[in-house]
Amino acid sequence: MPRLSAYRDFDWVLLGFVLLLSLISVLEIKSATLHTKFHGFETKQIGFLLVGLVLMFLISLIDYHTLIDIVPWAYGISLVSLVAVKLVGTKVLGARRWIKLPGGIHFQPSEWVKLVLIIAVARFFWGLVGKELTWTDIGKTFALVCVPMGLVLIQPDLGTSLTYVPILLCGLFLGGLRFRKAAILLLVFAVLGGGAWKSGKLLKPYQKARLTSFMNPEDDPRGSGYQIRQSLIAVGSGGVWGKGTNQGTQTQGDFLPIPYTDFIFAAFCEEHGFVGAVGVLLLYFLILMRLIQNAQTASDLPGAFIVMGVVAVIVFQIAVNVGMVVGLMPVTGIPLPLMSYGGSSILFTFLALGIVMNVRMRRFVN
Amino acid sequence: MTSMDLAPHPETPSTGSLSREEKLAPSKLSAAQYVVAIILAVLLAGLWRLQIVSADDYRVLAEANRVRKVPVLAPRGRLFDREGRLLVDNYPSVSCYLLREQVKDLNVDLPLISQGLHLPIDQIQSTLRRYQTAPKYQPIPLKQDITPDEQAFIEAHRNELPELQTLDEQRRLYPRDGFAAHLIGYVGEVSEQMLNNDSRYAFYQPGDVVGRSGVEQTYDAILRGKDGSRDVIVNSHGKEVGALGQELAIPGQDLKLTIDLDIQMAAEKALEGKIGAIVALDPHTGEILALASRPTFDPNQFSVRLTRSYWNEILNNPDHPLLNKATQAQLAPGSTFKIIMSLAGLEENEAQNLHVECNGGATFYGHFFACDKHHGMVDIEHAIPWSCDTFYYTLANKLGIDTIARYATSLGFSQRTGIDLPDEASGTMPSTAWKLKTFHEKWYAGEVISVGIGQGAVAATPIQLARAIGGIASGGVLHRPHIVFPDEVPADQLSAIHDTFSGSGEKTIPLSPANWQIITDAMAETTITGTAGASHLEGIDFAGKTGTAQVMSHDALARSGGGHKTVPNAWFVGMAPRRNPDIVVAVLWENGDWGANSAKLGAQVIDAFVEKQRKRANNLRIAETPRPATVSPTPTQVSTISTTAATPAN
Repeated sequence: MPRLSAYRDFDWVLLGFVLLLSLISVLEIKSATLHTKFHGFETKQIGFLLVGLVLMFLISLIDYHTLIDIVPWAYGISLVSLVAVKLVGTKVLGARRWIKLPGGIHFQPSEWVKLVLIIAVARFFWGLVGKELTWTDIGKTFALVCVPMGLVLIQPDLGTSLTYVPILLCGLFLGGLRFRKAAILLLVFAVLGGGAWKSGKLLKPYQKARLTSFMNPEDDPRGSGYQIRQSLIAVGSGGVWGKGTNQGTQTQGDFLPIPYTDFIFAAFCEEHGFVGAVGVLLLYFLILMRLIQNAQTASDLPGAFIVMGVVAVIVFQIAVNVGMVVGLMPVTGIPLPLMSYGGSSILFTFLALGIVMNVRMRRFVN
Repeated sequence: MTSMDLAPHPETPSTGSLSREEKLAPSKLSAAQYVVAIILAVLLAGLWRLQIVSADDYRVLAEANRVRKVPVLAPRGRLFDREGRLLVDNYPSVSCYLLREQVKDLNVDLPLISQGLHLPIDQIQSTLRRYQTAPKYQPIPLKQDITPDEQAFIEAHRNELPELQTLDEQRRLYPRDGFAAHLIGYVGEVSEQMLNNDSRYAFYQPGDVVGRSGVEQTYDAILRGKDGSRDVIVNSHGKEVGALGQELAIPGQDLKLTIDLDIQMAAEKALEGKIGAIVALDPHTGEILALASRPTFDPNQFSVRLTRSYWNEILNNPDHPLLNKATQAQLAPGSTFKIIMSLAGLEENEAQNLHVECNGGATFYGHFFACDKHHGMVDIEHAIPWSCDTFYYTLANKLGIDTIARYATSLGFSQRTGIDLPDEASGTMPSTAWKLKTFHEKWYAGEVISVGIGQGAVAATPIQLARAIGGIASGGVLHRPHIVFPDEVPADQLSAIHDTFSGSGEKTIPLSPANWQIITDAMAETTITGTAGASHLEGIDFAGKTGTAQVMSHDALARSGGGHKTVPNAWFVGMAPRRNPDIVVAVLWENGDWGANSAKLGAQVIDAFVEKQRKRANNLRIAETPRPATVSPTPTQVSTISTTAATPAN
């Protein structure tokens, strides 16, 4: 147990930014679900946030070195739960992503696996400190990340599986991957990826359609381009100042798909305009800079790795989600951290932030 | 960031070999910072592009998304009879439309739609095909006059079937059992042919409901009003969630018809179970008092979508229920034509002193032409009531075809009357020029003999006969028959209607008062001692002329071996009073056998008319029919029916 005074080192500023963003999220969820059967989700979101805060404090109590010690077990359990979800999971919209737990809780293992992977990658690279990465090391890193990733991809859950990629890339980058090897890897993946796309085995047709429709949403305005098109209309029609809370015609008229989860940023942009959007992006910028600074002050390498892993995942999700909303990225179903409604996403983010706090609180331990 | 965090902490290890291994290189972390900043900058640029650069375009798209123009249909003008009694009303009804703007694959939904709306799938598909070329934003009428159950189905399936939309409409309610169906007409969807080929429909939209026959068609522009629209806010399921503004519908103008419901009822009753037509008009003005045709149809069936079985029933009926026989049946007028013959003979000074010995017929040009009786010595005063063919064979022979044709044509034969009903037939009046033009043959003098009794190539419609004979009885003043009071219609519309339904219209023909008296007196005698004596109306100055028209030549009749369709057509044209009549009625009873049979039908209508006049005058006493005064040299056009049904002395 750390000294109680360690909470003096708890990142209250970071927490302030996070809670501010969470408040914006709750208000926008309220607005976006006002006239729908999802009315009242903002209350559930507050519940998730409170649970997240508690978990955040709890996990900050456990020394992250302990977490690194038990991560092989956690990794094993993750793989088992991912296999289990494929076998006994609840099928929602054609994909098995959830395990139903007693008490009516639906548990989505793929979200937690992110956390495990961040710590596992940190542990892996701890052992390689100061050495140049060999092809074997690179192969092991890939195996570490790609096995669970593959299991998530076959659920099928393209979006979540993609969020494992930044953990891998971040690990390789920080772990000392040299430019020459990086270039070779890039080339190999470009060729493999192109082949896989062409063969059509890896991705289901609807996934491919989603990935390409963002480029020409007008081609099929009623099909896969519909969501993109409605999102662009929502964001664009918001203009500089937005249409006001509860006034977004795209959001309130149910034109914008799932405006409380994946497309919450579009709903926010419609109702609060460019000014509001810049404000939210600024909050994300402050949060991310703060996290990177925490990585800098971490007392050891795995601590820094963990913090940067969290940064990588959050940045990736922001880039893909906001990119999707403004038409720069395909529709992948990745939630916007701290904004989108959803327990698994909120709990992951707060746990991740809790581990960051954990690292920060122990920056002077050594 | 606070200064506290940025300040170096005293316990922070200084850079050394150990810390270089145990800490991340600051360059990598600042690289990460740059990556984060660049990503956020790119996203910011994306937002700038949408919200600052193209905001106006997207605002337009957002509006187009949520605002939908819903038509507000104008209720059609109602129709009243001349006394303001309601003939055609509207009733509120709900129709189901299909929106194609928002739909994915319609075929997937067809089974559910078919089940919920009780429509066969192939019928929906054929509707869709018909509207294939129509603009996508235009809703397709799927089913009209839907039931509350079907409405509930649409409401309950808002989410699954957002393409279904309901629209409140006013629907036509016509009299039952095809009462006055031919004059009223019916409404239906404007056809592609009308839209493309008729300038009157240039501004109509596919799917518009228009009059397709009768008054509904002629006066469509007045009756239809002007549809309005509402701008409503809808959500992505097409559900209305608010309203922006509206343009009110302008209801169609009500129209007062010249029809008298009581006379119409008498005419409809007289025709019950028969095939034919009755038209009654006021020769002072040309106002149609009654117009009935049999067989009839139910226009209510047309105002909603026709069922195939009802359509087949109408199509396969050999007696053509949709045909308005009062204006469209062109048949040999038979002996009713003798009135025209008499006029021609008298005006040409041939008939006054013509005395013909009737021995059951006479021979002309080597052919024997029969008369149905041995009338003995016949003059014009007796030839009309007895309907002696021999007399008129002789007269026709004296006049020659072109003289007869001149009189007949000036009375409106072979031309439309110009009645304000669509598709009027013009009939035929033979002449030497006509034969040359039609058959490229010379006229044979012998052909005129049968024309003298209204056979041969002569063909007329009931409305033509009513107007011509009514005109003669009115001293030569002929009017354009019409069914809507002209002062109900704006002047420009009226002249447009007159242009569209052109015809012989208003006309006065020279007629010497003496001849006028001879003909009308003889016609009055017809209903007393003549061919229509059985239809005599005690106390009413009732005049008329029967006609029994062969439907085929005697040779053909012999070959055909009989049958109902070979029975002669029975005609009657009657009026009351005999001079300057207030009502003229023409009766056509197809295969009615004898003109005297039709005279009974005509008498029923005349009787109803006179009885009504008397009721109104509060005088039901049946008086002796005094002999009307002899006419003055200048016939007056104005006359009223007196309670004793005598023409007032001028």
